[in-house]
Amino acid sequence: MDAIFIQILNGLDKGAAYALIALGLTLVFGTLGIVNFAHGALFMLGAFCAVTFQKLVTLSVKVRDEGITAFVAYKEQPYLETWFGDTGRIIIDYSVPLSIMLAIPFMLLVGYVMERGLIKHFYKRPHAEQILVTFGLAIVIQEIIKAYFGANPIPQPAPEILAGSANVGSWVGLGNNLVYPWWRLIYLCFSGAVIFAVFAFLQFTTYGMVVRAGMRDRETVGILGINIERRFTIVFAIAAVVAGVAGVMYTPILPPDYHLGMEFLVLSFVVVVVGGMGSLGGAVFAGFLLGVVQSFASMNEVKEIFPGIDQIILYLVAVVILLVLPRGLMGRAGVMDD
Amino acid sequence: MTDTKKPLLNDTFIVIIFAAAILAMPIWLDPIGGNYPDLLQKFAIYGIFAIGFNILFGLTGYLSFGHAAFLGVGSYAAVWSFKLLTMNVIPAVIFGVLFAGILAAVIGFLSLRRSGIYFSILTLAFAQMSYNLAYSVLTPITNGETGLQLARSDPRILDHLFSDSQASAGLPSTDLFGETMSGYPGFYFCAVLLIICFYISMRIFRSPFGLMLKGIKSNQNRMKYTGLNTRPYMLTAFIISGMYAGLAGSLLAVTDPLAGAERMQWTASGEVVLMTILGGAGTLVGPMLGAGLIKYFENIFSAFDDNVLAQAFSFLPDSVVEFVVPVVGLFVGSGWHLTLGLLFMVIVIFLPGGLVEGFRRVVNYFRSGGNAKQQSVEAQNQAGE
Repeated sequence: MDAIFIQILNGLDKGAAYALIALGLTLVFGTLGIVNFAHGALFMLGAFCAVTFQKLVTLSVKVRDEGITAFVAYKEQPYLETWFGDTGRIIIDYSVPLSIMLAIPFMLLVGYVMERGLIKHFYKRPHAEQILVTFGLAIVIQEIIKAYFGANPIPQPAPEILAGSANVGSWVGLGNNLVYPWWRLIYLCFSGAVIFAVFAFLQFTTYGMVVRAGMRDRETVGILGINIERRFTIVFAIAAVVAGVAGVMYTPILPPDYHLGMEFLVLSFVVVVVGGMGSLGGAVFAGFLLGVVQSFASMNEVKEIFPGIDQIILYLVAVVILLVLPRGLMGRAGVMDD
Repeated sequence: MTDTKKPLLNDTFIVIIFAAAILAMPIWLDPIGGNYPDLLQKFAIYGIFAIGFNILFGLTGYLSFGHAAFLGVGSYAAVWSFKLLTMNVIPAVIFGVLFAGILAAVIGFLSLRRSGIYFSILTLAFAQMSYNLAYSVLTPITNGETGLQLARSDPRILDHLFSDSQASAGLPSTDLFGETMSGYPGFYFCAVLLIICFYISMRIFRSPFGLMLKGIKSNQNRMKYTGLNTRPYMLTAFIISGMYAGLAGSLLAVTDPLAGAERMQWTASGEVVLMTILGGAGTLVGPMLGAGLIKYFENIFSAFDDNVLAQAFSFLPDSVVEFVVPVVGLFVGSGWHLTLGLLFMVIVIFLPGGLVEGFRRVVNYFRSGGNAKQQSVEAQNQAGE
């Protein structure tokens, strides 16, 4: 029972990352009709926002170490600590969550520039060409990051107070030896909040209503005198922000390197297709589903029966679902049907 | 306009020119630093890979993201043939093609039930499955991360049958009836196969079968309305294309008897897509051109480092060099992928038909004297048929 509970948590956690990326992908696909292979790179850019922010706040100066009196010793002291004392120390400690404040405007800008500069010209082109050009863009972004940050993963510490594990077991009455890292729980809640925010935005605001109408029938919305393209540009930027903040918050779980985006991209595409192209709910549901399925497949008991199943389960599920349900789990009719 | 309807060159001429160009590569690549056997072999091998990919993507428009699986299987089959049967390359190549064909039949049978992006994702999923399995459960067959290598203790049944003297110390090398398959002989072996492959691909392009595939590309539904079952045609194209990839994989093993799972990773599939698009999908020589260019730049550019650059720019004043070298350095050496990505984007944005289309545009421009744009577009359409 304990093991199953932990695996569900693990799976939801993994699924949260998939769901966030897949949500952005679907949003872009549903509105603009663009298959964006550079979406994983946006996730990675978000992660590197956190890295940059951390570098910024820990810019240091060499000062005399007062603690050592036997000889003249120096230590690195971040400027923030010199200027603000304890407040500075707290800012440094919380650099990962705080870097969201850098990530949001940055990703908005990246999304806007990307859509206006490149994606805009590919609305009418075949999907294959969209895939190819965004794939090229992903390579470019990836290589630029590699040139500036190197090829090695850069670990990002979670805030000290959240570094330990939560005693999850005692919450649900499963004994005291059931623990789970705090940060992963936070990530789960965070992704839930982001997903909720996106859905609320689409469902309960006038802006979101117009966007949804545009997803259904963009021509009619255009005839009604609404500049739907402009709104879709904003939607693209929002999708970029979602990917970006997902990346920021993921850094304490997995140290980011330049390759991070590609790894997630392949899986999130599988997620999107399983959920059904163009279905937001499908993408989120499939994300969590595949996350849970994957973490169950990596249990030792399962691996003993089906050796190697943990390596292929995601793809296997995707293949089976696609062959049985051509439109994925929740795909709408008329989307990407040939 | 009757004269433009006639193709520029007779097919036989195309093959002869192609063969001459390939076989003479050591000569004309010498001045631009491309003349060493390893690189030449890569040209030929990836040329075969790209030509095969083009039979599927160029003719039918189905974008497969899983062709690396066939490349990998071809390599493994070839190395196993070296280990179990003989160091002769002929059986290795045959086994490579055969096993890749079988795998392609299975994957194609399932994947071709869907089209568009679903097809891409299905092929990608199958290739990633093969890759992950090769790394984990299939380790007895693939030797996992280390990669499959030759060993002195391998049985090599046929070799031992015909010569009872134990081979000299060290690992045996691959051979074609006594001729060692490394260096230039290896290149010529690959080159001959490349020319044969090119010829076959040209025959496919010109055949009724090829026309059928082109019909499927332009409008699959209409083909179905005429009462044609398109599935067998698609499957045949997929299998042929997979066999080409298997051949390329086995040749990789022939020139260097080692097979690793990373050959099956999806980035390798992406690479062949890049090659085909860069050269021009759906054209005869485009894929070969793209493969050659990418492999050439990979080898030449990635060898550059800051010292080489500083020398190259030494004619400039020092202050300029200090500025130029880091900037250019971004694009070469280990960062050459950046150049590749940019080049690729530029091609897709401005020249969706690849280099071949660009070349055609230039030719048509000069032919029509640069006066009638309409005319050149028409001629281009006809030449594209």
